[in-house]
Amino acid sequence: MLLALGATTIVVVALLWEIVVPRVEEAIARRRARRAIVEPAVPGYDPGRERRAEQRARELLRSCVNDEEWGMYRDLGFIRVWGTQAEGPELRSSTRGAPYAYLVYPHKPVVAYLPQTGRLLSEYCVEFPDETRPYGSARLPDSDDVLAKWMALTGDERRLIASANMHLPGRQVDPKRVRRDLWRLRQWERERERSEGRRDEGGTVPAP
Amino acid sequence: MKPGHGEVLLAEGDVEVSEEERALVEEFRRQLDLGMWAAVPVEDRVGRREAQIAKSFEDVPRDADRVIFFPRAAGGAR
Repeated sequence: MLLALGATTIVVVALLWEIVVPRVEEAIARRRARRAIVEPAVPGYDPGRERRAEQRARELLRSCVNDEEWGMYRDLGFIRVWGTQAEGPELRSSTRGAPYAYLVYPHKPVVAYLPQTGRLLSEYCVEFPDETRPYGSARLPDSDDVLAKWMALTGDERRLIASANMHLPGRQVDPKRVRRDLWRLRQWERERERSEGRRDEGGTVPAP
Repeated sequence: MKPGHGEVLLAEGDVEVSEEERALVEEFRRQLDLGMWAAVPVEDRVGRREAQIAKSFEDVPRDADRVIFFPRAAGGAR
C-alpha cells in the first residue's frame, strides 16, 4: 500500500515537474527581458529625427518631380521613370526598341519592365550610401533615396545602370508584388485621367 | 541629402557676384571631392521634369536655382 502510494506520488511529481518547469523558466525569461536595457539597433537612432528627415526629404522630392510623379509616389509608394535608351536599359536588352520604364521604390532595387506587355526585364540593385554616417547610419531617408534614383535615372541613365548590380526579376522584389503594383498604377492612371476629364468638362460647362 | 537629416543647405549665393560665385565653386568642388554626385532639377521644353547631372561647375546652368548633391551610386545586394 505504502509502496503504491509512493510510486503514485513520484509519477505525479514527475508529471507536474514537466508542466510547471517550462512555465517557471518562461516567467523568469520574461522578467529578465522586461528588466533588460534595450539598445536601439543603430546607435543614436532617434525616431523623431528620422521622421523629420523624411518629411524634409518628401518636400524636396515634391519640388523636383512633376505633379504626376509626385501623386504616384504619394498614393502608390513608387515612381515610374521612362527609359530613354533606344536599345533598352542595357546594350543586349531584348526590348527590340519597345518603350520601357523603371519602377523606383525606396530602398529597393529599380525594376525595369515593358509597359505594353507588363513583362519584367530585370532588377538593378543600387544604393546611395553616405559613408560619413552622420548619425550612425549610411542610409538616406526613403524619399531622398527615391529622389537620388530619379535624378540619376533621368540625368544619366547609362551611368546608373552601369553602377548597379543587375539581376533577373524576383531576386529581391517579389514579381507578384511588381505585377500588383503595375495593376495599381494602371488603375491610378485611369482614375487620374477620369478626374482630369471631369475637371476639363467642368471648365467648359457654361454658367447657368 | 544626409542620413537622419534630409536636405541640408551647404552654400548659397549669386553667381553674378564674383566673391559669391567663388564660394559656390569651392563648395561644389568640395562636395565632388567627397564623392558626391551633383544634379540640377530642370524642366525641358515640353514641361517634363528631369535632372541634369553636373560633373563640373561649368555644367550648372547659370540660371539654376539649386544644385542637389547626393551620395554616388553603388551596386546593392549581390
